[in-house]
Amino acid sequence: MRRAIWAVAAALLVLGIWQAVVVIAAVPPFILPGPGRVAAALWTNRALIAANAWVTILEVLIGLALGTLVGAAVAIGLAASARARALVRPILVFSQAVPVFALAPILTLWFGYGIGSKVVMAVLIIFFPVASSFLDGLLATPPGYLDLARCMGARPAATLWRIRVPAALPSLASGLRLAAVYAPIGAVIGEWVGASRGLGYLMLLANGRAKIDLMFAALIVLAAFTIIIHALIDLAAQRLQSRAGGGR
Amino acid sequence: MTAPTVRLQGSAAVNGATLFGPLAVELAGGAWTCLLGPSGVGKSTVLRLIAGLPTGVAFDGTIGADDGRPLAGRVGYMAQSDLLLPWLDVLGNVVLGARLRHEPPDRARAEALVARVGLEARARAWPRTLSGGERQRVALARTLMEDRPVVLLDEPFSALDAGTRADMQETAAELLAGQTVLLVTHDPAEAARLGRRILVMTASGVTAAEPPPRAPIRPYDDAGTLACQARLLTLLRRAA
Repeated sequence: MRRAIWAVAAALLVLGIWQAVVVIAAVPPFILPGPGRVAAALWTNRALIAANAWVTILEVLIGLALGTLVGAAVAIGLAASARARALVRPILVFSQAVPVFALAPILTLWFGYGIGSKVVMAVLIIFFPVASSFLDGLLATPPGYLDLARCMGARPAATLWRIRVPAALPSLASGLRLAAVYAPIGAVIGEWVGASRGLGYLMLLANGRAKIDLMFAALIVLAAFTIIIHALIDLAAQRLQSRAGGGR
Repeated sequence: MTAPTVRLQGSAAVNGATLFGPLAVELAGGAWTCLLGPSGVGKSTVLRLIAGLPTGVAFDGTIGADDGRPLAGRVGYMAQSDLLLPWLDVLGNVVLGARLRHEPPDRARAEALVARVGLEARARAWPRTLSGGERQRVALARTLMEDRPVVLLDEPFSALDAGTRADMQETAAELLAGQTVLLVTHDPAEAARLGRRILVMTASGVTAAEPPPRAPIRPYDDAGTLACQARLLTLLRRAA
């Protein structure tokens, strides 16, 4: 509760500074509109913003689900086989040297103007944090657990599923927290490069038509959505962690 | 279940440097053998070699049971850390072995063992809600559940406070009677209370020490036990 009060105070502080800058420096509204103007734009364009936000939300949610699935599956596959690790790890590291943003035009070419290319973008951007943090966890199983499993006559697959994976869930959770913040970035970049719907598309459109208040309104909705999805994933991650810590 | 006599003979080296020279350790069938020694002398390595666990040493020698059958699958293991999985409750931890082998767990037996170690009321509790002594009791129940003829104990009581340790020594000695047990310890009092045979391991090798005249579990205030404890301490200090 106290945290919520401080969060509201921080938001009010930012809005105050924003309004003060606009008033004191006499910034024209087509450069930086004040919070009041943005709020008005948000209200008058609510149907337009909602329709576009829905597209971005869908892209982010599908991207998160697929990215987590693929990232976790690859991490488990690499944890199971040292050969696969030796082969795939350099590829993963190299893939991180390629800026995902630079791929956006290609992805649009391959997967079209619709939702597909944005989902792929989000998947690509969250794949690495999910896979690498989960893999780190899978490779850092407390050695005593492995000794125990060996004495008990466990096969490697059973050790993996019943000991290494549950022991690595907290690491997966920290990867998911990062993914929650990265996924919207991927979707919006995808929309900037080529789209006919979505918050990123709307921001670009509003910017081009000097409707800066609408651009800010779309930006605020995007930020609010990112905060909500991060909070939800954080909650899920805490569940996961407390489950791995022996409580429900 | 007949408990075999287990013998280890040989030497071990780490990166070419000798960890322990040629030595022989014999675990008498169906009895407790205590391997006493200072830290870093290689006691745990001896135990891990018998258990078939990774040690990081190059071992040159033989390890086997007197019945000629391989030891793999016949050895139970309990460490200083209780190694309870935090995401499983007490019963879940006790039946872990069966779950890892894809066998149907015998829950009735698990419940009986949890009751035997005095934790009937905590059978559904999470490990983090248990005290150190209770957690080690669960680890003991898990070891008993495996029902292995050879049981290797790597300082399982050394992290417990003195009173809890004495309780646990008695419970473990009662419940593991008749099995071939190796207890690795650095505590002369523990060795003097529990060992049918007592081996002292120092940098110069392994020597058998005379155990107290009474049969284990010996009272900690028994004169023979105390005298043996003093002798063992003298041996350890002379070696250091």
